[in-house]
Amino acid sequence: MLDCGLDMTSTLNFLPLPLVQSPRLSNLPGWSLKDGNAFLDKTELIDLSTVDVVLISNYHCMMALPYITERTGFTGTVYATEPTVQIGRLLMEELVSFIERVPKAQSASLWKNKDTQRLLPPPLKDAVEVSTWRRCYTMQEVNSALSKVQLVGYSQKTELFGAVQVTPLSSGYALGSSNWIIQSHYEKVSYVSGSSLLTTHPQPMDQASLKNSDVLVLTGLTQIPTANPDGMVGEFCSNLALTVRNGGNVLVPCYPSGVIYDLLECLYQYIDSAGLASVPFYFISPVANSSLEFSQIFAEWLCHNKQSKVYLPEPPFPHAELIQTNKLKHYPSIHGDFSNDFRQPCVVFTGHPSLRFGDVVHFMELWGKSSLNTVIFTEPDFSYLEALAPYQPLAMKCIYCPIDTRLNFMQVSKLLKEVQPLHVVCPEQYTQPPPAQSHRMDLMIDCQPPAMAYRRAEVLALPFKRRYEKIEIMPELADSLVPMEIKPGISLATVSAVLHTKDNKHVLQPPPRPAQPPSSKKRKRVSEDVPDCKVPKPLLSGSIPVDQLVQTLEKHGFSDIKVEDTAKGHIVLLQEAETLIQIEEDSTHIICDNDEMLRVRLRDLVLKFLQKF
Amino acid sequence: MDPECSQLLPALCAVLADPRQPVVDDTCLEKLLDWFKTLTEAESGLQLLQENACLVELLSHVRRPQDVSPRVLSFSMRLTGIFATQEDCFQYLQQGELLLRLFGEAGPLSWAAWNIPTVRSGWIQGMHTLAQHPSALCFLSDSGAVDTIFSLQEDPSLFVASAANQLLVHVLALSMQDGTVGSHSPQGGAWPTCAQKIVGHVEESLRSPAASQVTQALNVLTTTFSRCHSPWTEVLWGQLSPAVAGLLEREPIPATHSLVDLVLSVARSPVFSSMDHRSLWKMVGQTLGHLSPVQAGPLALGILKLQHCPQQLKTQAFGVLLQPLACVLKATVEAPGPPGLLDGTAGSSMSVDTLLSSKSACVGLLCQTLAHLEELQPLPQHPLPWPQGPLLGASVTLLQLCGGSATPSSSAGGRLCVMLAGCVRVQRAALDFLGTLSQGTSPQELVSQVFAVLLEYLESPDSSPTVLKKAFQATLQWLLSSSKAPGCSELSPHIPLFFAELFPALRKRLCSPSWEVRDSTLEFLTHLSRHWGGQADFRQALLASELPVLVQQLLQDPESYVRASAVTAMGQLSSRRLQARPEHLEAQQGPVPELLHILSSDSEGFPRRAVVQVFTEWLRDGHADVARDTKLFVTTVLQVVSQDLDWEVRVQGLELAQVFLAQNLGCAGHCPYAMGLPEPAPPSPLPELLRTLGQLRLLEFAFRALFDCDRPVAQKACDLLLFLRDKTAPCGGLQEPGGSPNLAAVEASLQRWQAGEQGRPLEDPEPEAMLAILRSVDLEGLRSRLAESSDHVEKSPLSLLQDMLATVGVPEDNEADCY
Repeated sequence: MLDCGLDMTSTLNFLPLPLVQSPRLSNLPGWSLKDGNAFLDKTELIDLSTVDVVLISNYHCMMALPYITERTGFTGTVYATEPTVQIGRLLMEELVSFIERVPKAQSASLWKNKDTQRLLPPPLKDAVEVSTWRRCYTMQEVNSALSKVQLVGYSQKTELFGAVQVTPLSSGYALGSSNWIIQSHYEKVSYVSGSSLLTTHPQPMDQASLKNSDVLVLTGLTQIPTANPDGMVGEFCSNLALTVRNGGNVLVPCYPSGVIYDLLECLYQYIDSAGLASVPFYFISPVANSSLEFSQIFAEWLCHNKQSKVYLPEPPFPHAELIQTNKLKHYPSIHGDFSNDFRQPCVVFTGHPSLRFGDVVHFMELWGKSSLNTVIFTEPDFSYLEALAPYQPLAMKCIYCPIDTRLNFMQVSKLLKEVQPLHVVCPEQYTQPPPAQSHRMDLMIDCQPPAMAYRRAEVLALPFKRRYEKIEIMPELADSLVPMEIKPGISLATVSAVLHTKDNKHVLQPPPRPAQPPSSKKRKRVSEDVPDCKVPKPLLSGSIPVDQLVQTLEKHGFSDIKVEDTAKGHIVLLQEAETLIQIEEDSTHIICDNDEMLRVRLRDLVLKFLQKF
Repeated sequence: MDPECSQLLPALCAVLADPRQPVVDDTCLEKLLDWFKTLTEAESGLQLLQENACLVELLSHVRRPQDVSPRVLSFSMRLTGIFATQEDCFQYLQQGELLLRLFGEAGPLSWAAWNIPTVRSGWIQGMHTLAQHPSALCFLSDSGAVDTIFSLQEDPSLFVASAANQLLVHVLALSMQDGTVGSHSPQGGAWPTCAQKIVGHVEESLRSPAASQVTQALNVLTTTFSRCHSPWTEVLWGQLSPAVAGLLEREPIPATHSLVDLVLSVARSPVFSSMDHRSLWKMVGQTLGHLSPVQAGPLALGILKLQHCPQQLKTQAFGVLLQPLACVLKATVEAPGPPGLLDGTAGSSMSVDTLLSSKSACVGLLCQTLAHLEELQPLPQHPLPWPQGPLLGASVTLLQLCGGSATPSSSAGGRLCVMLAGCVRVQRAALDFLGTLSQGTSPQELVSQVFAVLLEYLESPDSSPTVLKKAFQATLQWLLSSSKAPGCSELSPHIPLFFAELFPALRKRLCSPSWEVRDSTLEFLTHLSRHWGGQADFRQALLASELPVLVQQLLQDPESYVRASAVTAMGQLSSRRLQARPEHLEAQQGPVPELLHILSSDSEGFPRRAVVQVFTEWLRDGHADVARDTKLFVTTVLQVVSQDLDWEVRVQGLELAQVFLAQNLGCAGHCPYAMGLPEPAPPSPLPELLRTLGQLRLLEFAFRALFDCDRPVAQKACDLLLFLRDKTAPCGGLQEPGGSPNLAAVEASLQRWQAGEQGRPLEDPEPEAMLAILRSVDLEGLRSRLAESSDHVEKSPLSLLQDMLATVGVPEDNEADCY
C-alpha cells in the first residue's frame, strides 16, 4: 500500500470547536451537530487487514495510519524515514490534542442514516459516504500505530518477501520525504509522491535513481498549479507588512511543520528591511517547541546549505536566532504564558488550517471583527472560502496565498524528459486541465506515450508482465557444467537439476544420485518418488547442407537420389530404398518402412553434419 | 618632427631592433604608429625617412626574421605601410627592395613568425595603408599579394580573416578606380586584370560547396556594395547576382546571415536607388520567400527601412514580419476577427511550424518579431496602413498567453499556451512593444483591454522584477498617450477607475521583499505624480491610498537604491503637496529636516545625491518649505554638502548654488522651466547680494570647490564663478580692487585651499574683496585646463618616446608595478 493520507475536508461540514463557549457560534442558525469530529473517507475495495506493507512518502501522507493499523486487523509492516515518523507523530499529536481538549458530552450518529441525511440542509445532504466518517483516533492508537513503523534511510534497500526490493529516495518536499523505487530483477516501478524541485530546506530531490523505470506512478503534484511559490511568499510578506504597519494583527493558520520553516526563514530576512523588527511573532501549537527543535536536529535530511551550517557549528534554520532574540516566541496553547506575553500588533502562526479546531478558532473570533487585521492562508489543503464560512460576516481582511512547493506541470514535464520512464501512471485529474481553467492546456501532464490515468476505486493493470525470473545455480552444480561454444560469444551447456523455490527465490540444486538398486520392497516405493534420472540424450545444433548430404549418400552407395524443394526445406528421396529424408529448419525426419537398419545408417550419416552437446 | 624627438629616435629604433630588449607594452607601439601617421600627413614622408636614417635601418633590419620579435615585425610592416602611402616615398622604399622583402612572397610569408596572427594582421594592415596609388597596385599584382589575401580570408583568426576581406574590397575598389578613369563603367571583360582576378575568385567562392567560403565571398561583396557607390558596382552585381541567386536553390541555404546582409547592402546602395532595377527587387523578394521566418525577419526589417523600394516588396516584407503575430491571433481568436492586414498573412505554414516546433524556436521568433516591429513603429517610413488594432490585439494576447489568462480556441493555441506560460523573455518583449504602440491611435475597447492586461501584470505576484519594471514603463506610456487623446481635456474617463485599482497594487509592491520591485515602484510613483500631480482625480485617489505613508517609511529602507528612489518620490510628492498627512509623521516640521538628516548621515552616496537633487528642484520650483527661508535653507544645505565625500553630491550642491544665484541675480526668467512660477522678487542691489552670498558661505563653497581634487567639481565651480563674474561685470559701482585691507587675507585663503588645506574657513569676507578675487582669478584659463583630459601632459610624442626608452631597461620592475 502506497501512503495513507487522511482527507480532512469533511471537517468543513462541521462547526468550529471553540476552546471557550462562543455565544456567536452556538447561536448560528442551521444545523448544529453534536458529533463534532469525524473523518476518514475510505472505500471497502480491499480488505486492509491483508495489506502486508505500507510505504509512506511524507508526514502528510500518513495521517490515516492509526485507522489502518489499529482498526482493521492489519498485521503488516510500515516503512518510513525517521523525520517522517517523528514529524508525523507531532502532526497526529496536535490533531488529537486539538480534538480531545474540547470533549463532547454526547455524540450523534443517527443523522448518518441515509434517509435522515437526505433531510439535512446542503451541503451536508450531498456529502458522500458519511457512514464511513470516523471519530478522531486517540493518542494511544497513534503510539501503537507508530510502533509498527520500520525506519529506513535514503537509498537503503529493503527486501520484501524476496519478491521485490524497495528503496526510499529523497523527494525534496519535506524533511524526510521520499519517493520509492520498487524493483525486482527485471522490472522497476517508481512511486513519485509529493516531490519538489525548488530549493527549500529539505535535501534536494534524487532524480537520477528514477531513471530506467518501466512504470512511474506519479501523484502528489501541487494543488495550486497556477500559484508560483516564490510569488506567493512575496505576496505573503507584503500583506503581512501592510497589515502590521497599520497596527493590525496577522493570523496565519498553518500546520506545525513544513512550510512554516521556510516562512520563518523568509521573514527572518524580511522583517528588518520592512521595519518590522519590533513586531512579535507567536507560534502556538501543542507541538510548537518539538517542531522547532526537531527541525534543527535532522541535519542529514536537510539541503546541502543547511547541512554545512551544522559543522560551523550553527543551527541550520535561522528561527533559532529569532527565538534567541525574542522575536519569535512559541507556546503550547493560548493559556498560561502566552496570555501574559501577548502584545499587539503581532503575527500568530497556529493551527488548524481548516479553521475548525485548534487555537486558530479563538483568534478568528478575537480578530474577525476588525478590518485592520488580516488572516493569510498559506496551506493549500482547504478551500479558504469554505473554511471562513462559519465566521461570516467577517470584517478582517482575508488573503489567500497558498504555498505549495510540490511539482507543477512544467516541472513534471522536465522531470519526465530527464527520467524517461516507459509508462506513466497518474490520477485522472492530472491528465486534463483543471475544470475551472479548461483552456489551460499547460496545466496537465503531457507525455509520450500518454499517461495511464486511474480513477478512485478503479483497478488498473500495469503495462508489464514478469517474463523473466532470476535463478541461482548451486556452486557444485555449476562446477559440473561444460559449456560449449556454438557461435563466437555464445556457449551452451545442458543442465539437469532440481528447481527449488522458496520465498520467491529460485535455486537450481544438483539432482539426487541415481537411485540405488532396490534392496527391499519397502525401499522400492520410496525410490519411485525420485524423478527418473536417465542420462539425457545430447542436443543437436547446426544445419544440414543438402548438396553435401547427397554427395555423402552417394558415396555410401545410395543411388537414384532426388531432391525436392518444399516450402519449409527440402525432401531427399531415395527412390530405390523407398525412403525419404525430410529436412526442415528445426527438424529432420527419416521415413522408411520398417527398415530399422537403414534408418540408423541414415541417421548416423545425417548426424555427422550436426553438432552435439 | 621636433628636434627633441629626432634626437631620441635613433635610440628608440635601436631598442626596437634589439631582440634582447623586448617591448612589453603594445599600446606604445600603437601610439607610435599614430604619431607617424599624423607626421606623414603633415609633412613629406620621404623627407622624414631621409632625415632620420635610423628609420630605414630599423625597417631593413627586420629583414632578418630571427632578430626581431613578432610585435616589432608587425609594427615595422605597418610603419612601412604608413610611409609608402605617398607615392614618392613608396618608390624610395621599393628601390631598396625593402617592400618586396617585407611584403613579397620571399618575406615574412615564408618565416616561422607568419604563424603568429599579429604578424599576419600587421602584413594586412601595412598592405591596406600603402595600397593608395597605381604604383602600389602594380606592386600588389607583381608580388602575388592578391593570392596571399585570398588565402588569408580563411584565416583561423577572425580578426585576420575580416581584415583580409576589407583589404580585398579596398584593392578591388582601387583597381577599378584606377581602371575606370575616363571611361564609364566598362563591362566586366574590359576590367583591370587585378579586379577580374578578385571578381573571379569571389564568383568561384560563391559556387563553392563549403559554407565558409560562401560566407567570405558574401562578406566581401557586402563590404563592396556598402563602401563603393561607383557605376561599376552595378556591372559587378549584374555579373554575380546569378551566383548569389543560385544559393537560394541549395538545401539548406548556406550563410543566410551574410546573404541577408549582402542583399540589404545592395538594396541600400545609391547606385540601385532608382526603381527600375526590377531584377534586383525580384531577387530580394525571392530571398525573402526562401528564408525561414527567423532568417527572413532581419531582411524584412531592412527592406521596410529602405527609402526607395517597390511598394509590392514592402507589402511582402511587412507580411513576413507580421506572420508570427498573425499566427498567434489566429490560434487564439474564437470568431474570425475584423479584417485587417494580418489576415492575408496567416496562411504561411512555415511560420506556424516554427512557432510550434519547440519552445526555444517559438520564443526566439516571437521576441525577434516584436523587437523588429518595435523598431519599425516610430520610423517615418513605417508601412501604411499600420495595423494598429491587430498588433495591439496580438500583444495583449501574447501577454495573456504568458500570464495564463488567454483562452485559446485551437490546438495550436493550446500548444502556444503551454510553451509561453510564464515565459519572461516574451513578456518583456511584448511589454516593450505594447509601450511603443501607445504612440498610435487605438480603438477604445482595445485600450481598455490594454489597461486590463497591464493591471493584471502589475497585480500578479508571479511577475518577475524585470517584467514588472517593463509593465510600469508600458503603463506610463499608455497613461501619457491617453491623456493626450483628442477630445479629452484631461484624462480619459476610464483612467480614474484605473488609478483606483492601480494604487492598491502599488501599495503591495512597495512592501515587496524584493528591493528591485520596491525601487521600480517608487520610480513609477514619481513619474505618475510628476505628470498627474495636479489632476484632481489622481490627487484624491493617491491621498486616499496609503502610498505617501509607505514612501515616507521607505526612506529608512535597508537598500540604498530604494532609499534614493524614496527620496526622489518624496520630493516629487512633497512639491505636489501630496506627502503623507502630518498625523502620520513622526516629525511634524515638514520634509526638509528629514531629508537633511539623510544628507548628513546616510552612509551611501545614492540617497545623498537624490536629496541634493530634490533640494535643487524644490529651490527651482519655489517649494513652500524652502521659500519660507531660502537663505537659511541654502546655507544649511551647502554646509552639509561641502563636507560630503561623494563628488557627485558636491557637484549637485554647486548646481543648487547656481540656481540660487540665478534667482537672485534676476535671470530666473531665462530658465525655460520656470515659466509658470510667480514673478521672482526684484533683484537686490549687487553689494547686498554679494554680502548675502558671503554670509551664506556660498562663495566660499564655490572657491573651495574650484580646487577640488575631483575635476567635475572644479569644472562646475568654475562655471558657477564665471556665471557670477559675467553677471556682476557691468556693475562698476564698486570700489576698485587693491584698496580693501582684507584682499590679502582672501588671497591667502585661496592659496591655502589651492595647496590643499581645506579646513580653514574664510574670515569675514567682504563683497568688494570677493569681487576683486573673482576678477583676479584666471577662470577662463582654469576652465580650459580642466577641460583637457588628465593625461594631456603625458600625451606628447616626446613623452611617449621618453617613456618607451625608460621602460626598456627595466622590464621586470615594470611588470611588478602592474600588480
